[in-house]
Amino acid sequence: MKRHTLSTRLWHWLNLICVVVLFMSGLTISNAHRRLYWGDWGFAAEQAWLTVPRFPDWTTIPGYYSLAVARDWHILMAWPFALGLLFMWIVMLANRHFKRDIATSRKEWKADAIRHDIVQHLKLNFDHEGGEYNFLQKLAYGLVLGVFLPMMIFTGIAISPGLEPTFGWLVELLGGRQSARSLHFIFAFAIAAFFVVHVVLVILVGPIHQIRDMITGGRER
Amino acid sequence: MKRRNFLVAAGAAFVAGCNKIADTGAGKSLLGAAEKWHETAHRLLTNREALAPEYPRSAISPYFRGNGSTDPQNGDYPRHAGEGFANWHLEVRGLVENPLSLSLDNIRKLPQRTQVTRHDCVEGWSAIGEWTGPQLSLLLEAAGLREEAKFIVFRCADNLNGQDYYESVDLIDAYHPQTIVAHSLNGEPLPIRNGAPLRMRIERQLGYKHAKYLTAIEAVASLDEIGKGQGGYWEDRAGYQWYAGI
Repeated sequence: MKRHTLSTRLWHWLNLICVVVLFMSGLTISNAHRRLYWGDWGFAAEQAWLTVPRFPDWTTIPGYYSLAVARDWHILMAWPFALGLLFMWIVMLANRHFKRDIATSRKEWKADAIRHDIVQHLKLNFDHEGGEYNFLQKLAYGLVLGVFLPMMIFTGIAISPGLEPTFGWLVELLGGRQSARSLHFIFAFAIAAFFVVHVVLVILVGPIHQIRDMITGGRER
Repeated sequence: MKRRNFLVAAGAAFVAGCNKIADTGAGKSLLGAAEKWHETAHRLLTNREALAPEYPRSAISPYFRGNGSTDPQNGDYPRHAGEGFANWHLEVRGLVENPLSLSLDNIRKLPQRTQVTRHDCVEGWSAIGEWTGPQLSLLLEAAGLREEAKFIVFRCADNLNGQDYYESVDLIDAYHPQTIVAHSLNGEPLPIRNGAPLRMRIERQLGYKHAKYLTAIEAVASLDEIGKGQGGYWEDRAGYQWYAGI
């Protein structure tokens, strides 16, 4: 069996494109109204819990301010993003990739073991036996696949006024539309943070080898 | 500094690529198609009568923000405002059997619907207010919509950047129970900021659909000949999505 299955590799690169376009067009949408609120409503500074900085043009899609064009991109890429994640979850459960490689076992949740893992990471020692994911990797991938990415979809649905008659329970569960909008923003930056750490670790471990394996699947083992 | 430069260059190249794609014919139609997929999905998932959430009066925002035109100075509007809108008329016209011209008194005497709803601006903010007015379906039934009518166009008194504001919806949203011609906000006549004397409420779509300073309701078979053909002021001017339920 290869290190990365074809489904993992296809989804990984599709998801990268989706997340980058969604994030950068999302920054334009953020620029349209830079305040975040909790609850159902909010429109003025006195209700805001955070005023987000203005994102410069070189970080946004399109590369100038156009809420309409940004929404076009956001609306388009939401489809491959959501359907891709659904596909990945079905495959991951069907081929046992999730259970075998990502799900943690109770014995991994011991403080000593976790401390050991953290220390090894800080020493930049990433050698682990058998090519299996260590606890921190499992936790990171599990959080991203199971919480961060799905939450982008759920909070996105909750912001949409056309879906609210059907998904009103979801909006309520998330604490109201403006809370859903705030959470959409928070999880977007959680994904961006994962992206940065992920890329830094790939560079530290060996970028050519790592990227090649995510394209070709790596050696049979 | 070098890494930042690299990031800037990579970002710029990526954005340039996206702009290129967006500018091609295929890119444009793909972006337009994606909007249509959302609309279709929403229509499949949501019953045509399903209501947007309504709130208790205690949830009403302390004041209601206004965007776009907030104090029109063009044409007859300032005169009407000076007269307290006593001579304002709303026309119902286009593909109807009996065109109507209604005064504000006529409109206030019709059966009314009062709803406390949340207004979501495309920019991202929301405000909650209580709106009162007759359902649009009532006016369309009184005027007798003709078979060929497929869209309802809302004509407005405000001229923004040299173009008259207008909007449009399909018949599903036109006949939706919460689609009302509002004359009151929180129990008072509409403030000028929020569209006095009449504005639309299209509760399952974003704020730019809720046409303010309403002068006429027009039934049409196609949007092609209206404005620049995209179905609304912001759709024509800036490329906003005609289906604003997303």
